Amino acid sequence: MGIAVRHLRKSFGSFQALDDVSVDVPDGSLTALLGPSGSGKSTLLRVIAGLEEPDSGEVVIGDQLATDLPPQRRNVGFVFQHYAAFKHMTVRDNVGFGLRIRKRPKAEIRRRVDELLSLVQLDGFAERYPAQLSGGQRQRMALARALAVEPRVLLLDEPFGALDARVREELRDWLRRLHDEVHVTTVLVTHDQEEAMEVASRIVVMNHGRIEQVGAPAELYEHPATEFVMSFVGKVNRVGDAYIRPHEVVICHPEQAGCIPATVERVITLGFDNRIELTLPDGHRVWAQLTRDEVARIQPATGQVIGVDLSQSRRPGWEPGGYEPARPEPVPAAVIPMRADDERGWRARSARG
Amino acid sequence: MTSKLALRGIAVAYLGLLVAGPVAIMIWQTFSGGLAPVWDALTNPAFLHALQLTLIIAAIAVPLNTIFGIVFAMVIVRREFRGKPILTALLDLPLGVSPVVVGLALVIVYGRRGEFGGWLADHGIRVIFALPGMVLATIFVSIPFVAREVIPVLREIGTEQEQAARTLGASDWQIFRLITFPAIRVGVAFGVVLTVARALGEYGAVAIVSGRLSGRTETLTIHVEERFLAFDLTGAYTASLVLAGLALLTLFFMQRLKPRGSD
Repeated sequence: MGIAVRHLRKSFGSFQALDDVSVDVPDGSLTALLGPSGSGKSTLLRVIAGLEEPDSGEVVIGDQLATDLPPQRRNVGFVFQHYAAFKHMTVRDNVGFGLRIRKRPKAEIRRRVDELLSLVQLDGFAERYPAQLSGGQRQRMALARALAVEPRVLLLDEPFGALDARVREELRDWLRRLHDEVHVTTVLVTHDQEEAMEVASRIVVMNHGRIEQVGAPAELYEHPATEFVMSFVGKVNRVGDAYIRPHEVVICHPEQAGCIPATVERVITLGFDNRIELTLPDGHRVWAQLTRDEVARIQPATGQVIGVDLSQSRRPGWEPGGYEPARPEPVPAAVIPMRADDERGWRARSARG
Repeated sequence: MTSKLALRGIAVAYLGLLVAGPVAIMIWQTFSGGLAPVWDALTNPAFLHALQLTLIIAAIAVPLNTIFGIVFAMVIVRREFRGKPILTALLDLPLGVSPVVVGLALVIVYGRRGEFGGWLADHGIRVIFALPGMVLATIFVSIPFVAREVIPVLREIGTEQEQAARTLGASDWQIFRLITFPAIRVGVAFGVVLTVARALGEYGAVAIVSGRLSGRTETLTIHVEERFLAFDLTGAYTASLVLAGLALLTLFFMQRLKPRGSD
């Protein structure tokens, strides 16, 4: 079932957590609420669940006005960052909790819990206690518990935030596949743009209690509506009042037309993904993202002066051709001569950009 | 290594001298004249009445203080309101004030000459020198224990489990019964043990409001002193042993409340 929120406002004392927020979550979608801490994303999720009461505005779940419904009667599944496992109950009792509350027959509860445990890959863990599970297992149990009552919507509040990087990656992937299987409308809160891009089909970017932009991951990346989205979604360099993505920074020969000389500060190698940190003559710092092959061709060394083409930088209106160097720069004295066969490399790189 | 042993030695010696030794001597003294005097002491009507009265007082005061303690702890931890520090400080008052003062205060308020006590007496309700006063005094001195044990546990478990239960459809009462209470159970158990111990063992406040009428308003602790002053050492020791036995029994029952799976 879809969710619609209209003109939500919520403040905690003098802090405005939600400032006139309206957004639609389509039926069956996996939507991420993305924003820095304090942006209001968790508050929005908790208002949808009924765990927080809005000062004004409406929440509609499916075709039912839910604003005044207590959380017990909203039939939403909620998953907390720190699992909120019922510590004194076995995994079986945790997962079956909602069904027991609904007074379902024991045999049915048993069967349904077994189904869910197998869905979240916890078969064989039914009689354990939460303390005997790893963080990732606890979170999967919490997910099964939320799914047990066949909620109309599934709400996940930073579900992977307390897990270490490797488990987080696994669970993201797993959540994606789970959603393909169960198709329940899912809203995921995260401050990690990579997580949002990887898991969600739709992203709602929030900042200071307002919605900055709503769209598919690629849409946000390619056509950010505001400066905030540009800088929060995907990596970005700020050069003066213009922005450029690291992969759009083209390395060229410093004497080539349109090239700005830049000094290599640091070369970072992460396998396939490589970064060069550069300083422009006017003091701005940018970093460029290069492939392994490109690094092998250019062989940048700290202190070396190479050229960068920033013609793909954009101003906040996103018309191309943003950054202008303050004045035409004389070529610095200490240009390290490059190998002759480099020329081809520059051109290949420029053509790709 | 030697310092560890020395520390352990000090602890053992300290407890031995102050607790184990006197208790052992008391047990030995109780039975030094054979079983017959002990049996006489146990069947003495004054003793039986004191035992019954003590149990009745505890049976009223402990459940009331347990319920109050849990509710109080939930209010203090889960609600925000002004004057909370004052309320918390008030809770500790019975720990800080001497029981004798508590007893006197009760006599002043509920005694026949007191405003309230006079009014009650006119309506045929006797508080001082009667069961109600003794129950009041016992409740007063044993009020903080359950709340004091439960407050830190409630703080530690936080509210997320309760919120999760709420989203799963549980009512407030179901949340308390199925989630909150099992989580604070150990704290409640320790609080109840302390409350029972205090209720059984209270002397000062009860002694003042009871009037110490043998066979009528005499509790076990008062009975122990009365027997002691009457040079009936066996009677005093026997009653003391019964008091200690009751405390041990409480501890035993509370052990069974330990939660599963949390360790």
